[in-house]
Amino acid sequence: MLLVILEHEDGVLVEAAREALTFGRTLAEKMGEDLEAALIGSGEDSLVEAAGQYGAETVHVAAPVELTDYSPDAYGSIVAQMVESLEPDAVLACGSSRGNEVMAQAAARLDAPFVANSLDATPGDDWLITRVQWGGSLLEDVTLEADTPLLTCGLHSVASEPGDEQNPDVEEFDAELDASDLITMVKDRVVQEAGVTLPTAPVVCGGGRGVGSADGFGQLEELATLLGGRVGCSRAVTNLGWRPHSDQVGQTGTRIAPEIYIASGISGAIQHWVGAMASKHILAINTDREANMVVKADWAVIGDLHEVVPAIIEEVKRRKA
Amino acid sequence: MKILVCVKRVPAPGAKINVTADGSDVDAAHLGFTTSPHEECAVEGAVQLVEEHSGEVTVLTLGPGESEEQLRYAASVGAAHGVLVEVDGNGWDPQRTAAALTTAIEGIEAERGRFDLILFGNESADAGGFQVGVRVARALGRPMVQGIKGIEASGDGSGEGTITARREIDGGFEVYEIPRPAVLGVMEGLNLPRYPTMKGRLASKKIEIAKLAGHADEGGQSRITLHRPEEAVSETVILGTGAEAAAAVVDVLDELGVL
Repeated sequence: MLLVILEHEDGVLVEAAREALTFGRTLAEKMGEDLEAALIGSGEDSLVEAAGQYGAETVHVAAPVELTDYSPDAYGSIVAQMVESLEPDAVLACGSSRGNEVMAQAAARLDAPFVANSLDATPGDDWLITRVQWGGSLLEDVTLEADTPLLTCGLHSVASEPGDEQNPDVEEFDAELDASDLITMVKDRVVQEAGVTLPTAPVVCGGGRGVGSADGFGQLEELATLLGGRVGCSRAVTNLGWRPHSDQVGQTGTRIAPEIYIASGISGAIQHWVGAMASKHILAINTDREANMVVKADWAVIGDLHEVVPAIIEEVKRRKA
Repeated sequence: MKILVCVKRVPAPGAKINVTADGSDVDAAHLGFTTSPHEECAVEGAVQLVEEHSGEVTVLTLGPGESEEQLRYAASVGAAHGVLVEVDGNGWDPQRTAAALTTAIEGIEAERGRFDLILFGNESADAGGFQVGVRVARALGRPMVQGIKGIEASGDGSGEGTITARREIDGGFEVYEIPRPAVLGVMEGLNLPRYPTMKGRLASKKIEIAKLAGHADEGGQSRITLHRPEEAVSETVILGTGAEAAAAVVDVLDELGVL
């Protein structure tokens, strides 16, 4: 059995969990094993139902009462306990911030290897796994020698897709937590912005050094607002202090996956590219026709963003009027 | 407040990154080296905490002898001590790396006392294993949280007390409050690292770097080869030049249904 650990929020399976189930379906098939899922912290019907839509035949629910929010230690401990008592043939999660953390915690407890951000896995006596290095600029083929392979699939490395719908059996999992597992439980949550955020925005208007100043981002803000999107930026821009780090698209920032990424004045260094490459479409605005971003884009406008962006804003307003 | 920061020497790539002919490693022949970005912020974060609470920062790295350069850089921006666990190359698997670092930390603490806080980068820029810090924390029996972009220490930062840490999530942040001694995996965005001053640079040349030989058993993950991903070669459609291209751009937006 392949056990997929599902990340959820407010009764909804997050996109990362849907990706993990999609990746897991293919993997379970290669293993010749059943696809089962685990929910930690909540076993709401909506979550079980969603797991079923993505092909999970059984859902194991571990929701100890004392676990009232996320805790890396508690979640890691529960996954380790599941490995020991459910004896899965392998365990998979999505390589989100939380997914990689929980699997690392479980692996540390089991003193077992853990392969983060896999793109492809071939089961066997030793598993053969292709995984992400440098945020996706390079790939590494590794062998994994383990009693129970523990792995994550790279975030956005597969597009989520519902599978053969199942009506999953729900199995309560009796997890034992001790006080030390609850030390790292989230104490408080602070909401800074409601509505569309960078990781989920359908349109991202990105700016690089070419924007020229913090004020220069005003135009990109206006365009993003008109299109119901968000502003993103390159690492050069956050290093210059023009934008907060939470706006950074890149290996050390946010990995975006919008319908379209409009990249203005961004050269496209690999650090930035790996954060942008999951965009469904890319439009680059740059004075340099040879810039990496232009070469990799679907569409490009060659020119000064300070002329092009205002013209786009006017045209959008005209057509919306 | 005694803080340890674990850093990693990594190549500093620009627009492209190449692999050696045998696929065993990154071809660094024409690349400079740097401290992995999350860890550069970890060093800055540690120095800021010590400036606020007093104390000292030690930096530890596992890597080839040249990694001394990254320890001296950390010293140039405020670290007081450097420890190098010397190994051949950069290809140690995560379990092995964590085991060797744990041994090193236990040794340093036996000699100089316990660290109130140990900082790792959330993941290294190159290997990106997302686990060495977690494994070390577990081996030391200390609480650990990843993804941290804000740190505060209660009281004077030493001994009993707590560390309050913020983790960015979509649209906000989570707050953790954990007892010392604690371990955190931090991310770029924690701060904007300072540049070394001339005085800092001079001082960094004089600090003594303690060198330890790295020993640990291999873990279960072994590299076969590194390679570049196949890239979909697509012809970029040039919509036009300058402001005149606006109409064509908006046509595209309309077609994609985002207008």
